[in-house]
Amino acid sequence: MSLALGRRATLGAALAFPALGAAWAQQRFDSLFVFVPAAPGGGWDLTGRAIEQAARTAGLVGSFQFENVGGGGGMVGLPRFVNQRRGQANALIVGGSIMLGTGITGKSSVTVRDVPAIARLTSEAGVIVVPAASPYRDFAGLAAALKANPGAVPIGGSVAGGIDHVMLGLILKALGRSPRDASYVGFQAGGQNIAAVLGGQVQASISGYSEFSEQIKAGRLRALAISGETRLEGEGSDIPTLREQGVDVTLANWRGVFGAPGTTAAQQQALASLMGAIHATPQWKEILRTRAWADAFLAGEAFARFVEKDIADTEAVLKDLGLA
Amino acid sequence: MDTLAALAGGFATALTPTHLLFAFVGCFLGTAVGVLPGIGPALTVALLLPITFQVPATSAFILFAGVYYGAMYGGSTTSILLNTPGESATIITALEGHRMARAGRAGPALATAAIGSFVAGTIATLALTFAAPVVVELALKLGPAEYFSLMVVAFVAVSAVLGASALRGLACLFLGLLLGIVGVDLQTGQPRFTFGMIEFLDGIEVTIVAVGLFAVAETLHLATRRKHGEDEILPVQGSLWLSKSDWARSWKPWLRGACIGFPFGAIPAGGSELPTFLSYYMERKLSKNPGEFGHGAIEGVAGPEAANNASAAGVLMPMLTLGLPTSVTAAIMLSAFQSYGIQPGPMLFVTQGDLVWGLIASLYVGNVMLLILNLPLVGLWVKILKIPTPQLYAGILVFATIGSYGVSNSVIDLLVMYGVGIVGLFMKRYDFPVAPAVIGMILGPLAEQAFRQALTISQGDVTTFITRPISASFLVVALLLAFGPKLWSAWVATQQRARA
Repeated sequence: MSLALGRRATLGAALAFPALGAAWAQQRFDSLFVFVPAAPGGGWDLTGRAIEQAARTAGLVGSFQFENVGGGGGMVGLPRFVNQRRGQANALIVGGSIMLGTGITGKSSVTVRDVPAIARLTSEAGVIVVPAASPYRDFAGLAAALKANPGAVPIGGSVAGGIDHVMLGLILKALGRSPRDASYVGFQAGGQNIAAVLGGQVQASISGYSEFSEQIKAGRLRALAISGETRLEGEGSDIPTLREQGVDVTLANWRGVFGAPGTTAAQQQALASLMGAIHATPQWKEILRTRAWADAFLAGEAFARFVEKDIADTEAVLKDLGLA
Repeated sequence: MDTLAALAGGFATALTPTHLLFAFVGCFLGTAVGVLPGIGPALTVALLLPITFQVPATSAFILFAGVYYGAMYGGSTTSILLNTPGESATIITALEGHRMARAGRAGPALATAAIGSFVAGTIATLALTFAAPVVVELALKLGPAEYFSLMVVAFVAVSAVLGASALRGLACLFLGLLLGIVGVDLQTGQPRFTFGMIEFLDGIEVTIVAVGLFAVAETLHLATRRKHGEDEILPVQGSLWLSKSDWARSWKPWLRGACIGFPFGAIPAGGSELPTFLSYYMERKLSKNPGEFGHGAIEGVAGPEAANNASAAGVLMPMLTLGLPTSVTAAIMLSAFQSYGIQPGPMLFVTQGDLVWGLIASLYVGNVMLLILNLPLVGLWVKILKIPTPQLYAGILVFATIGSYGVSNSVIDLLVMYGVGIVGLFMKRYDFPVAPAVIGMILGPLAEQAFRQALTISQGDVTTFITRPISASFLVVALLLAFGPKLWSAWVATQQRARA
């Protein structure tokens, strides 16, 4: 991807937005309330703001109101949303796979099951990387070492019990080892995890692809496998999936929106079709491109079934890890 | 030479009227949020993120950098005047700075903080310009084992703030350590000391505790003691400007602070608080009149203020050279890069040269701007002290409450702040120092996590701390700092006895 070109294109698009706004589509909602259970600036917040940006420029929604309540991987905000927005037809809460794990490990009384699933928007596959100078040339090499003695291969990632840890647990299980034998090193912010693997402090590291993408492109980190169902498109398409390499593990960090409890099926359907309309706008495509988010649109009943299955899977792995 | 040419190009970008205006607005906003307790640069930059839809990348980053630098300047103002640190990096400044203000020397304290910030900010920006790649590669050599050993050094330095009674000081330090480990443990994913409350899963915010212990406790303390006519703040006396002896005592701490602060910014687990502790410790040990420390020593303001500004520039280094965020603000700035479709990483200097050099040049500009903005403000700020105490402290409580609530919209945070404030009242009443509690809270979790990360990596082998050369050298430094002075004076004494 040419970065200089990318930037100019973005600016061009930004300038073109008001012009596009003139061709207003039919307005679906007068106002929309978006609840972000995380601090401003994070992935969920950016997802919420991206919905606003696309919906407003396309004229689908009149005005937006935001509330950010961060903490506990979304588990502080979720109960508040459930209590305060019951029955409110124009309320959305942003959430994603991270909520499932924290809901289970934190033994929260309010979970994602308490809010109706509206739509999944984006997802990001995890990637397992090693430093450029690592003796592990490919995933088979790392897998052999992990199979022989998982304890001797320290692997970095985010907080224990988080999605990176779950991925390692699934890999170990697929390799016939107990997930509890892992030498998993939890790091606070993304930066520390990248620094640790760049500096060779840990032998490998797991995170979302975008965390590592620049280091991979610059040749400082080597990507061994990606956790998606299929390979990435475009950039990073040379990274094989885990499944291709004989390890039946797929996992992705998805983000989506949920509605308020106590709303009718028709009201939920209206929100789902609004998300469908937002998804179809050129602005949304542009945002996905600049942010390097993978499109994972899935709405209504299909999304609800997906969430149910994801909760069950996450619960099973966390049990294996001894965390649930 | 390439660097110089690129930098010149950067100045051409930064010195256009539009960008100067963005830099000014950023510096001004930053100073304002720095002054408000609780609200920090991270939140401000996050709230400004939507601006990235409207203006070109260079302008947005010049604005963000202004906010970031400005907050470092502004944070010291409330620390000095009101004993209410606006940012966790200016907690140490409150120790000596507020004593100076009480003695009627608020002017020189603010001036040495502003000029020290300028000097250190400029030195650090110079270092950022010319040494960034080298320093960042060195910082990557530090792993958890090294961080832990570095924390050991920091714990020795804490002895400088323990106060007259080591026992009381240590009790407060442990209170801080306890508060620091509240929340989900990184290494096991288990909640600790959260009492089943989801609000505590992310731990307790350091600024909330600092505002409680400093601002709320101070207010309550004044309210209970007012009838006794104690603790009156002296009106501002003498010159607002630095005297000749102030200059003489300030310049070395400025330089030393800059040298300590800058590398810490580059370290992924460094943070801006740590170098301020180390600088304070160093100044106290090197001072010709250590007795003045605790009663308003200007070195104790000059050093830490320089250190926190230098570390702010240091933080930008791994961000620009590797795309590594080492602070929350940097992480949010990274996400701003992404909304322009720019992926910050090792290639940033190559692919976005104009942007990066424009940003660096605007840091120089911002520094000058902040000095010009802050020095005349000294005269205005000290007037705050003329407000009658009850009204002044009522105002502080209001700002502390708004600021703390604003961080996460959490009522629990406010309860914690006031609860801690009441504890702080009794600590003040019975002469327990509050600084060690805040420092313990910052150092505790860093040291604990680093220790356990290091042991996971070494598969439980404790010798990792002494077999890794950099880690071992940090431990030697810690030993020297702890026992060196005593051994030295003992040796000098025996020499003299032998001669006699």
